[in-house]
Amino acid sequence: MTDKTDITLTINGRDHAIAVEPRRTLADAIREDCGQTGTHIGCEHGVCGACTVIVDGEPVRSCLMFAVQAAGKPIRTIEGLADGERLHPMQQAFMDHHGLQCGFCTPGFLMLAVGVLEREPDIGDEALLDVLSSNLCRCTGYQNIIKAVRAAAKEMRGK
Amino acid sequence: MTAPAKFVGRSVPRLEDRPLLLGQGRFAADISFPGQWHMRVVRSAVAHGKITSIDATAALKLPGVHAVWTHAHVAHIPRIPFRLTRIEGLMPYQQPVLAEGVVRYVGEPVAVVFAIDPYVAEDAAELVEVSIEPLRATLLATEQPGVFEHELTTEAGVVRKAYGDVEAAFRAAHAVVALELSVGRHSGVPLETRGALARYDESRDILEMHGAAKVPHWNRDSLAQMLGRKRESVQLFEGHVGGGFGIRGELYPEDVLVCAAALKFRKPIKWIEDRREHLIAANHSRDQHHRVRAAIDAQGQILAIEDEFFHDNGAYMRTHAATVPDLAAAMLPGPYRVPAYRATGRIRLTNKTPCGTYRAPGRYESTFVRERLLDAIAAKVGVDKVEIRRRNLIAKSAMPYTLGLETLGTHIVYDSGDYALLLNKALAAADWKNLQEQLRQRRHAGEKVGAGVAMFVEKSGLGPFDTVRIEVTPAGIVEVITGVASIGQGVETVIAQICADALGVDYAGIRVIHGQTDRIDKGMGAFASRVTVMCGEATRLAAVKLRDKALRAAAELMQTDAAKLDIVNGAIVATSGSAGPSMPLAELARSLPGGLSAEDTFESGHMVYPYGVHVAVVRVDAETGGVTIERYCVAYDIGKAVNPKLVEGQIAGGLAQGIGGALLEEFLYDENGEPLSVTFADYLMPTAREVPELAILVLEDAPSPLNLLGLKGAGEGGVNPVGAAIASAIDDALERPGAVTQLPVTPQRLKAIMAAAR
Repeated sequence: MTDKTDITLTINGRDHAIAVEPRRTLADAIREDCGQTGTHIGCEHGVCGACTVIVDGEPVRSCLMFAVQAAGKPIRTIEGLADGERLHPMQQAFMDHHGLQCGFCTPGFLMLAVGVLEREPDIGDEALLDVLSSNLCRCTGYQNIIKAVRAAAKEMRGK
Repeated sequence: MTAPAKFVGRSVPRLEDRPLLLGQGRFAADISFPGQWHMRVVRSAVAHGKITSIDATAALKLPGVHAVWTHAHVAHIPRIPFRLTRIEGLMPYQQPVLAEGVVRYVGEPVAVVFAIDPYVAEDAAELVEVSIEPLRATLLATEQPGVFEHELTTEAGVVRKAYGDVEAAFRAAHAVVALELSVGRHSGVPLETRGALARYDESRDILEMHGAAKVPHWNRDSLAQMLGRKRESVQLFEGHVGGGFGIRGELYPEDVLVCAAALKFRKPIKWIEDRREHLIAANHSRDQHHRVRAAIDAQGQILAIEDEFFHDNGAYMRTHAATVPDLAAAMLPGPYRVPAYRATGRIRLTNKTPCGTYRAPGRYESTFVRERLLDAIAAKVGVDKVEIRRRNLIAKSAMPYTLGLETLGTHIVYDSGDYALLLNKALAAADWKNLQEQLRQRRHAGEKVGAGVAMFVEKSGLGPFDTVRIEVTPAGIVEVITGVASIGQGVETVIAQICADALGVDYAGIRVIHGQTDRIDKGMGAFASRVTVMCGEATRLAAVKLRDKALRAAAELMQTDAAKLDIVNGAIVATSGSAGPSMPLAELARSLPGGLSAEDTFESGHMVYPYGVHVAVVRVDAETGGVTIERYCVAYDIGKAVNPKLVEGQIAGGLAQGIGGALLEEFLYDENGEPLSVTFADYLMPTAREVPELAILVLEDAPSPLNLLGLKGAGEGGVNPVGAAIASAIDDALERPGAVTQLPVTPQRLKAIMAAAR
């Protein structure tokens, strides 16, 4: 075991003072040290995207980032997406379009899509498809996810 | 008595969605208990060899390491038993929970480390020194069987199915069509890896395992037996499950190990698999090689089919025993008249990851074989691929159709179906005639484009029973308690819809409890597209019973006749609709000393058989060997769709997995048995880019006569014929009937096919 470093992770606006080994992944720190288990780990090598969170406004794969690299930066996870009881338009669209089945990849897709659309609200259909093809889903066959994200994009632009 | 359906047949929103969208799911890794230890598995790095020593000294010295186990520590635990299809002679091939002197595949559990946290456990696992003297690895199921152990050979068993006079049919044949075909090794690969957390509660003498899935009751009984405990003292708990597909939830060595360790160390023991482990240790599937031939008459009508196939089951026989080859053999005839039939399935063991079921087990394989055969017959006779199917389809008037074969302990009787009608509807939806013309023109202009069609019969609704208990809690919540399981397919919503209509309440207020062995004593779980059929009908029966009970009790309290009462929106009201006394179910439940509940069981000795047609349109890139699916159309008759949107979701998801198996996914090994597909960078699954938009027709032309709602299962028709349909389309694009003989059709293989043609 190596020595631990004291860091603060700011998740959905809340500070978590934790001590982690330098090798601890951000995904593990979010889940195990900060107790936010909505972020899922699907492959630990950056391919499936289930662990996607938003760090400093950018969607990142939290299995490929060390916790110490995210210290002091604003982190957004699935737990912070809804506005109280009210679902985020992206969450609502996934429900309306049956964009989830088992729900394991869902937080990663939601954070990926929200992160990209906040940065690039007018992203074209083809570019959006490219973005969505960077995460894996094993249940839905993707078409309903694509429909949901397109619908939510429209709704998000309308605001 | 029964009111018109308010919920069944409607695409109401899923009850499951909200917590999953909010990040409040409880998947296996999300559960923790104070003081838990973490388990890490030390796996064989050698495909086949003798273990000469295991040295854990360095691992045990690492701070934070509690213990290391090898086979000696678990020698008292029997091997993992079979759940289904136990055929003669398979027992000696069962897998031990830790390797016993010999390793038989890369990834086999050799030792386990228990430590304070997963990082330390992983560090320690790397310090465990395992010395293995390599033996020759068997990698081909088609080679002559060798020695497994002592007098046992690597042919673990043979599945034989037959009816009719095959020899006579071949003697009388106008022509014989013979093919050699294979389907690659791939699997379900759910996005959530496996995981289990066991704890022993000394005060109640209860062993708990969390992270259960698919068949919790079966696994509870097996674990109790293996660990020498009474079944009441072992309880399994299913949380959210991140995809099942046949592979997740079977009883694996790791499940047994966490339970044994929790009992031994009196500590909660948690194990979460990583992706590399998953790809080499969880069940693989599909790997079959077929030598098939058909006897036909001058019109291309099938007189007989004979198939010999080699089923590569990997290193051991796991819980499914002979299930996959058995289903492959039993379902091969499909929707066609096959007057005589013989299948011989040779179950061969190799030094690869052991196999089990994967969505449409055996049928993805044998549909590929049968539909390739139909295309070959069409080419031989000189008619088109649609016409040859029409000539051979079983007629509607022949239903119910007794096939003359058995599988999963049942006689195969196609319960209902109009196969020709479905074919017509599918072709109309795909605009087949115009499509053919467009493709001809594009091919003429130099493009390599083509269309394929494949038909199939699925099986679903496996019994023998399902029991459901419905309780109205004092708070007025309707709880449906069942022994089935949820693997993400929408069980809670569908069961609530059925209960809501039969009982007279809103589906959204119903809580469906599944996968908890302490809530109901018996349960069959979720596999074989059985849940909606078996649990659905059991739910309807229990709800009708509960309704009658509630009305009788209310009539007494309200001093009226039960026939004059109804349940509407969760309240007992007068049938006349007139303003009369009304009483919420909750109030009635509170007023009855014994509460308000009912239980019923649905028993069924036969499966129900949905059927479908897939049409694929592909474009082949002559330069790269890449295949693009331009259009895809699925027509599937499931008798009655409880929630059409969820049925479409099942079909779309299955299609994506079918595309994976047809074009991308394959577990490859080098010549020493070293696995080459150990990350998502080498095991390629379809992304949003590879899965096309698809047209889905969910049809209800042939309700099942075996349950009142007419239900058939929807889980496997999306995947079943995808390999077959895409192969047929690629042939068409290349204008070379029979070009595709092996799945997946990777770019390398397709380029080789095209090069051979030049």
